[in-house]
Amino acid sequence: MAVYPPQPAKEPPLTARGPIAWIRHNLLSSPYNIAFTILGLAILYWTVPPFIKWAIIDAHFAGDSKSACTGGGACWVFIKEKLDMFLFGFYPHDQLWRPKSVFAAVLALGAFAKFVPGLHRLKLTLIVLFPVFAYLMLHGGHFGLPLVETSKWGGLLLTLVIASVGIVLSFPIGILLALGRQSKLPIIKSLSVFYIEFVRGVPLITVLFMASVVLPLFFPEGVNFDKLARALIGITFFEAAYVAENIRSGFQAIPKGQYEAADALGLGYWQKMALVILPQAIKVTIPNLVGTFISLFKDTSLVMIIGLFDLLAMVNVTANDRDWLGMDTEGYVFVAFIFWIFTFSMSMYSKRLEKRLDTNNK
Amino acid sequence: MPAFLRNEKVRGILYQIITIVLFVAFLFYIAQNTSHNIEQRGIKTGFAFLHATAGFDITEAPIPFSPMDTHLKVFEVGLLNTLIVSFWGIVLSSLLGLLIGVWRLSPNWLINRIAAAYIETFRNIPVLLQILFWYNVVLATLPAARHSLSFFDTIFINNRGFFMPEFVFGPGSWMIGAALFLAVVAIYFTNRWAKKRQEETGEQFPVFLTAIILLIGLPLLAYLIAGRPVTAVLPALHGFNFRGGKTFTPEFLALLFALSIYTATFIAEAIRSGIEAVPKGQKEAATSLGLSPMQQLRLVILPQAVRIAIPSIINQYLNLIKNSSLAAAIGYPELVTIFAGTSLNQTGQALEILLITMLTYLLISLIVSLILNWFNTKMKIKER
Repeated sequence: MAVYPPQPAKEPPLTARGPIAWIRHNLLSSPYNIAFTILGLAILYWTVPPFIKWAIIDAHFAGDSKSACTGGGACWVFIKEKLDMFLFGFYPHDQLWRPKSVFAAVLALGAFAKFVPGLHRLKLTLIVLFPVFAYLMLHGGHFGLPLVETSKWGGLLLTLVIASVGIVLSFPIGILLALGRQSKLPIIKSLSVFYIEFVRGVPLITVLFMASVVLPLFFPEGVNFDKLARALIGITFFEAAYVAENIRSGFQAIPKGQYEAADALGLGYWQKMALVILPQAIKVTIPNLVGTFISLFKDTSLVMIIGLFDLLAMVNVTANDRDWLGMDTEGYVFVAFIFWIFTFSMSMYSKRLEKRLDTNNK
Repeated sequence: MPAFLRNEKVRGILYQIITIVLFVAFLFYIAQNTSHNIEQRGIKTGFAFLHATAGFDITEAPIPFSPMDTHLKVFEVGLLNTLIVSFWGIVLSSLLGLLIGVWRLSPNWLINRIAAAYIETFRNIPVLLQILFWYNVVLATLPAARHSLSFFDTIFINNRGFFMPEFVFGPGSWMIGAALFLAVVAIYFTNRWAKKRQEETGEQFPVFLTAIILLIGLPLLAYLIAGRPVTAVLPALHGFNFRGGKTFTPEFLALLFALSIYTATFIAEAIRSGIEAVPKGQKEAATSLGLSPMQQLRLVILPQAVRIAIPSIINQYLNLIKNSSLAAAIGYPELVTIFAGTSLNQTGQALEILLITMLTYLLISLIVSLILNWFNTKMKIKER
């Protein structure tokens, strides 16, 4: 009797698998699609090679003055020579170890919090103490450290200081405003609504003008905020309104049963909010919060209009140096790249966090 | 705790009284300090400055303006410029956002990736940086007036801006406007008639084609009948600069381009999330009804996607209007630059001027949110 052993199935034809099939399916599936592919290739051809030619092939990396840059490419020598300015602004040169050690401390703290398991109490203490440490280090005036006025701070350092202080301080104020807006008490509610809607209706630049010009009038003589403090106050109170709206949208996602359950357990208002409602509301709204913090980070660049020297303002400062005139293209591209790295990684982080926190118990 | 404090209502009232007292005390404290400080520094108060002579000129005024005009006029010019740049910004960012949003949904992998790269790049760079880049790098490095880039000798581009022909409407031009109006009315009635006929007989009528023919044909006909009343004034080089025609300054263009490119990324994302939010079953149902891909999009997908996308797009328009205030960094004479900038420096009345500026933006925001609410109620799913 003939035996017919089962043959393994034939592989699909070469045109229906592997990269060829992928190209046929994704790039050439119809005349329209082919036209689009040609258009896409044309766009890439017009944008990518010229940029690479400018930024890498024709660019100059070696040297220490403008004379090292001849020809059309980018002059990265400029960035290299002015790097300290871009990172720290006018911070005194012999004191640069201070901001550098603060940056190092941030990285060390982050690594410690991420990779060392447990020790939650210690971590929390360190995180709470860190701003004090950073302020003492950067500002000085104690422990033998010479005083460095905030008007000397600049560059990425200033941008990060404004962004982190803004994020940290606007968060609790935002929570309070959101609670106020949810409140059943009519006066508290209307005050919160008024504040939130007012701030969200005006541009940040007007709030910054208000903080830098009008705020000093509000306080008795002798009470002096420096420029940085005024900018921080403006940004914090501006972003708090946006944070409040994010948290409110989180509240709306909490089922009523959660409130009722907390009531049934006999929790008071603050206990109910702090232990039951807020943790869930914040969790739901984390993607929105990160979105707000990303726009806060981008908005820090506005402080240059009220005369602070943040990262963006350093482009004008350095490109107006007599030895380096006409370098603003390199400056802007470099600064845009730094901003982009921060904001893009924040949005990636938010996506990851969203996935991790999705406990899917709705 | 005394017994009456355990009553929630009593406590609520108590909290509110405390809040009010603290709030009023705070306001009083601020008001007292402010009036004291203002007196000390010899700053004038009140709104009389609005009728004082401004004493400075404005480079780009849509209405006639001279240094002899008042600060109130400065406010008007600033507000008009804000509205002009916002209007064109909204038009341009919508077109660009629609294009990028559609590309982002394209089945073509390459186009899809290019759109994603565009979005991720421009969304993550501060808009102020983009404005400065356009102003200080792109537009400043354009050739001088003598070596302008010229397109068919009608449009000229140089480092002083873009120069385009301006259309002058001569006598009889009203006929073109009337023809346009007539075309719109005709399209409206054709549409109604075609819908009714389709419902009764099932026969379709090429409404879209008719509309295009009417919209182009009728005004063209009127133009010819009225004896070609519209003429174009071409910009021409006189000495060091161009004269005649319509001029767009580098300040305006830098602001417009940066705002449009930035806002377009958010509009593209809104369009994408709107279309992606329509459940897959809707498309499958439409396919099984035998609708063509174009009909599916027009009759099933878009009406549902629009409901989700439009509110966030309108919010982006509002953000664009607010971001136009960043013109202060490059000196395009809009509300914040000239009123909250130059006028403020001249008069020193920061409190009044900033309040007026803020309230103006607040009013614009209010109008936009009224439109948004109107849209939301109109678009609400009508359930039986």
